Amino acid sequence: MIEFSKEAMELAQRIIKRYPEGKHKSALLPILHLAQSEFGGWLSPETMDYVAGILNIKPIEVYEVASFYSMYNLKPVGKCLLEVCRTGPCLLRGADDVVSYIGNKLNIKPGETSADGMFTLKTVECLGACGYAPMLQCGADFYENLTEEKLDLLIEKLGAQPERSTYLKSFGVNV
Amino acid sequence: MGRQLLLEHIAEPGIETFAVYRKKGGYASVEKALKTMTPDQVTEEVKISGLRGRGGAGFPAGMKWSFLDRKSEKPRYLVCNADESEPGTFKDRYLMEKIPHLLIEGMITGSYALGAKTSYIYIRGEYMYIVGILEKAIDEAYANGFLGKNILGTDYSLDLYVHPGAGAYICGEETALLESLEGKRGNPRLKPPFPAVSGLYASPTVVNNVETIAAVVPIINNGGAEYAKIGIGKSTGTKLISASGHIKKPGVYEIELGVPVEEFIYSDQYCGGMLTNRPLKAVVAGGSSVPILPADLILKTAKGEKRLMTYESLSDGGFVSGSMLGSGGFIVMDDTTCIVRNLWSFARFYHHESCGQCSPCREGTGWMEKVLHRIEHGHGHMGDIDLLVDVAKKIEGNTICPLGDAAAWPVASAIRHFREEFEYHVKYPEKIKNPKHFAIEPFLSEKKLELVN
Ligand SMILES: Cc1cc2nc3c(=O)[nH]c(=O)nc-3n(C[C@H](O)[C@H](O)[C@H](O)COP(=O)(O)O)c2cc1C
Ligand code: SF4
Ligand code: FES
Repeated sequence: MIEFSKEAMELAQRIIKRYPEGKHKSALLPILHLAQSEFGGWLSPETMDYVAGILNIKPIEVYEVASFYSMYNLKPVGKCLLEVCRTGPCLLRGADDVVSYIGNKLNIKPGETSADGMFTLKTVECLGACGYAPMLQCGADFYENLTEEKLDLLIEKLGAQPERSTYLKSFGVNV
Repeated sequence: MGRQLLLEHIAEPGIETFAVYRKKGGYASVEKALKTMTPDQVTEEVKISGLRGRGGAGFPAGMKWSFLDRKSEKPRYLVCNADESEPGTFKDRYLMEKIPHLLIEGMITGSYALGAKTSYIYIRGEYMYIVGILEKAIDEAYANGFLGKNILGTDYSLDLYVHPGAGAYICGEETALLESLEGKRGNPRLKPPFPAVSGLYASPTVVNNVETIAAVVPIINNGGAEYAKIGIGKSTGTKLISASGHIKKPGVYEIELGVPVEEFIYSDQYCGGMLTNRPLKAVVAGGSSVPILPADLILKTAKGEKRLMTYESLSDGGFVSGSMLGSGGFIVMDDTTCIVRNLWSFARFYHHESCGQCSPCREGTGWMEKVLHRIEHGHGHMGDIDLLVDVAKKIEGNTICPLGDAAAWPVASAIRHFREEFEYHVKYPEKIKNPKHFAIEPFLSEKKLELVN
């Protein structure tokens, strides 16, 4: 059995109260974010069932939502998920080079995880940073105007201290 | 630099905090509206201002507000669209990150005008760090009596919450956004009914873009008529432009509507000219969904008039020789850009983001991506080019939501203006084996190519 930490559960209850009586299903997206950051960076069937229980909705209602949105990982990912934007404006400023540089450095292709389980490389669509291209996101942080030197430093830094997006952090809760 | 209504205080240290924002005159519109104006008077000022929706469609905001069903017994909602996923657009992020209280102030004043007691900011999930910034700013607004029960001692009360999405461009479409806010998949709804009658939880709802809501603040502070003095014709006020691509100074600029496109690209106040001083090849002026224009048509209209940064001027010539202001995502390309490759990336984007409800969009975007991939990689046929035009035509206007059109327009316009570049890909596959072909060898028109050979 999995269970939220006390902080996460408190936050979940606070979020549910933001929606009118009977409309608690609205809290599904935020609570899935919370669950993903609490339980290893991805949503296992067990995690999704747990969320369904918290919101008192059917598991299928959770599955269909989790599979629709690209930020929910339905498979395990590395400790650091490197999401490189590859849409037009980033492409103009070298997104391809970023993908191949990381790929060569870590010996992985987009969609794969490095042998040590540390890094997963993923290509994503426009992240709203087109003016600071090329860019990637890791956890909640944006890394912009990337160069090879910056990528070297970044991978070194993240390798030593993996950074995962935590919804709790957005509420000033440190975990 | 023209007048700055939204970003005036952006460089002020600490402007993201309530204290500094307030010291710079922040929350004056809330005081003015709640203490001296009726909700209808607030709406009236927005009407007078001529403010048009900044999310892309440019629908007059005051008119949208007046359509809200005020007779219904149900609660009313103001929902801020902070989904910002249109490629080339990053102005809302900039505004929320740097000056979050401006959005919150606009939300309070706007909610008062609409009679909303609960309002939501729907923000794309990838902006998680901005969720933190907004949550903090909202807490400060509560602590200072600008949110919650009996704001400023009046009988108006409001709760404001942030709601993160989770990665889906389609949730920027207002009805998909509402579905998503209800905890469902982001499938757009058939309209009518419009959100003004049946929106969030089937209640009357207004959905507005971040920038639209922020603009309400200067409109109420200075009066709608004052706002309408800026700009040209029906393009009133200032607009945030997200500038990206091959320019010296990419970033977010607040312009007075009416600045000439040429000045915007080349002036040091704005983009600062082309990145490596290469010639301008093309511009996508309003986010990836709007038609692409070649250099001559973006700088001047087909009639030879100076093209201006206004809704009307950018769309002059319709889809034959014009484009749209859209969301203000201004993507600049120099002559090293491969139009086919760029278009393929957009086609892939729309295919990836189609929600899949309508077959013309679901299947059509997939075909366009595949055919473009084929052409781009040197396996295309001449017939493919017309096939693309045909598929685009069949999508356009035949879908539930405008994502289908958004996918079709870039394809149709790229082929209209750059057909020879598509033909070049088909005819000389050996020259385009390198995926970055045009980045290395700038595209030569076929005529010039014959001269070279
Ligand atoms: C596919 C699609 C994506 C959209 N994405 C956004 C978006 O990210 N942000 C936004 O404000 N409007 C977006 N819109 C427009 C909204 O549907 C809606 O018109 C807008 O939020 C209204 O606000 P406004 O009148 O203040 O512009 C999108 C529309 C479509 C069809
Ligand atoms: S046009 Fe595309 S995105 Fe819009 S409802 Fe239809 S399938 Fe979904
Ligand atoms: S295209 Fe990469 S952030 Fe917009």
